Amino acid sequence: MDNQPVLELKGVSKNFGAVQALYNVDFTCRSGEVMALVGDNGAGKSTLIKGIAGIYKLDAGEVFFEGKKVNITSPRDTADLGIEVVYQDLALADNLDVVANMFLGREKMTAGILLNESEMEQEALKTLDSLSVTTIRSVRQAVAGLSGGQRQAIAVAKAVMWNSKLVILDEPTAALGVAQTRQVLDLVRRLADRGLAVVIISHNLHDIFEVADRITCLRLGQKVAEFIPSETTQQEVVHAITAGELDTVPGMVG
Amino acid sequence: MTELAKKTENRGPIESAGGRQQTLGEFMGSWWDRIRAGDLGSLPIIIGLIVIVAIFGYLSDGIFFKPRNFVNLLLQMSGITAIATGVVFVLLIAEIDLSTAFVGAVGSVTMTLLLREGDANWPWWAAVGAAMLVTTLIGLLHGLIITRAGVPSFVVTLAGLLAWSGVVLILTTQYSQAGTIVIQNPVVKGVANSFLPAFWGWFVCVAVVLGYAATEFYQRAVKARQNLAVKPIQISLLQIIGLALITGAAVWYANTDRGVPVSIMIALVFLFFWLFIATRTRFGRYVYAVGGNPEAARRAGINVNSIRIACFMISSFMAGIGGIILASRLGSVSTNTGGGNLLLNSIAAAVIGGTSLFGGSGRVTSALLGALVIASVENGMGLMGWNSGVKFVVNGLVLLAAVLVDAYSRRSRASSGIA
Repeated sequence: MDNQPVLELKGVSKNFGAVQALYNVDFTCRSGEVMALVGDNGAGKSTLIKGIAGIYKLDAGEVFFEGKKVNITSPRDTADLGIEVVYQDLALADNLDVVANMFLGREKMTAGILLNESEMEQEALKTLDSLSVTTIRSVRQAVAGLSGGQRQAIAVAKAVMWNSKLVILDEPTAALGVAQTRQVLDLVRRLADRGLAVVIISHNLHDIFEVADRITCLRLGQKVAEFIPSETTQQEVVHAITAGELDTVPGMVG
Repeated sequence: MTELAKKTENRGPIESAGGRQQTLGEFMGSWWDRIRAGDLGSLPIIIGLIVIVAIFGYLSDGIFFKPRNFVNLLLQMSGITAIATGVVFVLLIAEIDLSTAFVGAVGSVTMTLLLREGDANWPWWAAVGAAMLVTTLIGLLHGLIITRAGVPSFVVTLAGLLAWSGVVLILTTQYSQAGTIVIQNPVVKGVANSFLPAFWGWFVCVAVVLGYAATEFYQRAVKARQNLAVKPIQISLLQIIGLALITGAAVWYANTDRGVPVSIMIALVFLFFWLFIATRTRFGRYVYAVGGNPEAARRAGINVNSIRIACFMISSFMAGIGGIILASRLGSVSTNTGGGNLLLNSIAAAVIGGTSLFGGSGRVTSALLGALVIASVENGMGLMGWNSGVKFVVNGLVLLAAVLVDAYSRRSRASSGIA
């Protein structure tokens, strides 16, 4: 697994006033690999993701995308690079059908002004098919009628439809039942198998051990450990999350 | 196993697969599922309309059914249809516009003043154009205040209701002691007082049905070519025949009296224009998206505020159209223009037609169905000579019934996992 990382963060920091949300964090993810990001509440997971997504501007450190140094200042930049973020609330419009949601903001047109519904429907089907999302009865039904797992699948499909190279999933299984969690984890695995780099945030270590290739553990804004699931135990990860060794004590930073 | 069956099986349970046509049974099944889930569509209104028509037909000893009354009904509903069409857009983005009736009145008063002989004396098209410009700009003003200041549309348009009614009062009393200004221009007067000759009535009817059939079959062909699910051919044919029967019957019946009123044709032209915008264009898609989930729309890169402003402009524009139709029908504008229950009726028409007050759901055509119900009730009560008190009570009950149906269908949608 020594292919070049799709995304590499070196020594990134972010503070909000006096609060050091991220301190000198290194983070990498590679194509075909699921990188899990774990940590307790307030560990800096969301801040890190939002920094990558361009919602926050990182204060220090360097970001490399496919080996090239990049400067991410807005969500647009991220999308242009091929990074898609699926947030926990999914941001689907309940009243629109699956196709309309997947193409929202990027509709295909004919003659300049007409929505090209059939082409969009076909592409949506193709994407869903390629992800083996087969539990949806019709792509012309409103998203409101779908289960949590199906909605998550739609949100993920929407993210991967645009030739994205890195997909970030923020707690994709948090609100799901057992069977639906299963579906989503399978989907996550398939994304990586297709050659995408996947970052998944989750509190559920069981899920992470099942699907992740590597685990990055944050604690109080610092990276305390990186694990390979097959070479560690859940206890070890929990220990890192709750009592991992810090480089610097928060509040004492020069 | 046939080629087709293999294909569908391989594709798994996604319905829209393998270029097959849904069977009639499947189509009816999913339709029934939607009904049970609370997605009632136009069903309550059609039932309601039948009940209302039956009641007034019975109470009026059949006068309600006379061709003369039918044409009157079409005249009565034209203005409300136009205003309600604009209201639908505002409701779709989960906002409200309480100013429509008086904005329309400002438009019709502006037009009338510009038409005054021996004074401004503008040609009719310039006066109408100026009136439409004024109303559209009022919508822009409302939209800007609502989006820039972040004030609820309820409050802004309520202020508009008061302020624009004041403007109507100021303008009408300025130019007339009695507060009534007569419209003399024959073209504007003709809007609500002329009728399509029988031939042209039929011509429009045939053109509409053929146009609908052509688009329906074209879309079927496109979908079939791209291997997408197509609804059963029986349903397509049924819809075309149904449209032909309804429009044909309406034109025939109107022709036995004075003919199809020009005013309803004007309202329908605008209605179908906005229906097209709402269903076929990117703008229409964004309107629904903003109504369904503004945050999702924002993240999709949609300029939510522009969409909002545009919807208020559409609302005011259509209020202007409705105002002109109503003024033409009366032949004058006065201090009372835009008053009475016009505002409530136009909002009620949109809601009764099936547009949700909660945003994101409803069709532009609901304005037509709703206006038909409202006008039927008004017309029937007028025939019966009921006094204003009773009329207000009945109007209130009809509106309440519509809102209850909306709330009920929303709740059952929620409990069945939809919304």
